[in-house]
Amino acid sequence: MIEILSNGAANTVQDLGRFGHLDIGVSRCGAMDAAALTTGNALLGNAPSAAGLEIAIFPFRLRFLSDIDVAVTGADCAAALDGWRLPPFWAISARSGQELKLSPPIAGARAYVAFAGGIDVAEILGSRSTDLKSGFGGHKGRGLERGDRLGLAKIDGRCRKLPPGGLGALPLDFPPAGETTIDVRVTPGAEFDSFAQASIDHFFAAPWIVSVASNRMGYRLSGPLLTLKRQRELLSHGILSGTIQVPASGQPIIQLADANTCGGYPKIAHVIEPDLARLAQAPAGARIRFHAATIATALEAAAKSKAHLDDIRVTAALICG
Amino acid sequence: MEMPVPLDIVIKAVGANALLVDAAKDSFSEDTQERIWALAVQLRDMPGINETVPGMNNLLALYDPLALDHIALERALHLLWADPAIVPKAGKVVDIPVIYGGPRGEDLGLWARHCGLSREEAVQRHAHATYRVAALGAMPGFPYLSGLPPELAMDRRDVPRLAVAKGAVIIGGAQAGVMPTAAPSGWHVVGHADIALFDIERVPPALLAPGDRVRFSIAGLEDD
Repeated sequence: MIEILSNGAANTVQDLGRFGHLDIGVSRCGAMDAAALTTGNALLGNAPSAAGLEIAIFPFRLRFLSDIDVAVTGADCAAALDGWRLPPFWAISARSGQELKLSPPIAGARAYVAFAGGIDVAEILGSRSTDLKSGFGGHKGRGLERGDRLGLAKIDGRCRKLPPGGLGALPLDFPPAGETTIDVRVTPGAEFDSFAQASIDHFFAAPWIVSVASNRMGYRLSGPLLTLKRQRELLSHGILSGTIQVPASGQPIIQLADANTCGGYPKIAHVIEPDLARLAQAPAGARIRFHAATIATALEAAAKSKAHLDDIRVTAALICG
Repeated sequence: MEMPVPLDIVIKAVGANALLVDAAKDSFSEDTQERIWALAVQLRDMPGINETVPGMNNLLALYDPLALDHIALERALHLLWADPAIVPKAGKVVDIPVIYGGPRGEDLGLWARHCGLSREEAVQRHAHATYRVAALGAMPGFPYLSGLPPELAMDRRDVPRLAVAKGAVIIGGAQAGVMPTAAPSGWHVVGHADIALFDIERVPPALLAPGDRVRFSIAGLEDD
């Protein structure tokens, strides 16, 4: 059991998302930086589907009400256990009564806290993820509040033990710090060719700024105006996380984990799946640059990311027995 | 002479894990939508297909790229489209009583004027049509309804409202709908219904399914 000590409407219970219900309008949800949550679960020997906490509001504090192994990954938020500073992407054994504190990120935007066994909330439509927009899943369908107590799933007959001092993992990508421009690879969207050539040039050349009106549903970007060769009316169609739409305002919106399942704006491009984790770590004000990629590149990048996470899982299992 | 139904579809990649099959022509077609539903059913049994999302005369197919090559899938989609296994959807009929106008139907006057009709006439025509659930999407349980009489169509608002109430009976372009939950929307609000279109405790959680028919009835007409 853990107790939350900080209010944070955007701090939520998330797993890898809710699959198979897009056709009734239920969003995918799930961790914005799936690689970071998966790394935490791998360090702890959890199933990849185990639920953890996604923390986007800092400082964040929680208290352990039982002895439990914990991993903090994602944004570098100077995580400290009773004041003892943990390295980034680190798992450690916490004792009942100890307090974990995450400070405002030095790099990145979202931190993940995973627990041995995973957060034990009810599965709704096959997932423990919080759907903030619709108000179900996770803990009472809402963000975490001070005083919330969350149970952890039982770990049956496991004699797994973290080394004294804990265990870390090297992520494929460390969250970007400060002024870095975040590089994001994209494949062309269905209406890519309908955009004016100048707009396509701008799309790839411009540094795009993540606006403050950005959240788990999507990021609004500001930069040069993008225009279609001629305006087109589209009938509503399914959209996915990573879809970059351009509404009449000419300023793109990247649809993300909590996006509506259908939409009708022209699609200029799609962020390749492994790079969604980079976007998850882009705070408001961050600069993003798009790079053209092929489906083959996207698949290669996904395979590389999966192999890296598998490697962490296997290594952690060897070390922890 | 009758024109043959055009068979052509456009298939576009949506990243590395999905293809969008677009069969849309200038306006929404009921016949095309029946084929979209049939395609969704056929794809459900295809190894490597993870999920299908029928839209308005289009379909998004999510696949596992390790199990299914996108070029092979594209070819399969063309073959399935050319030889559809249409099973007519009986669907259920759902009656939805609507209180038109008033504070919970604030665009009624504007909409009626736009259509060149009196408020009463616009309401009569809206309530006398039979609608069909073409697809569910955007938000949980939201029905995209086809069958709005063409003279009742009205382009969406330039600036969407940040919150439209649960139960709002709405019109967006040539489409009609009812809000399953409070959410932002750019559609026009012409009335209100006391109906739960989505309930996570219910099995299945969505009240309506593609192919169902919806009939609105006039439970009241309030002044602006």
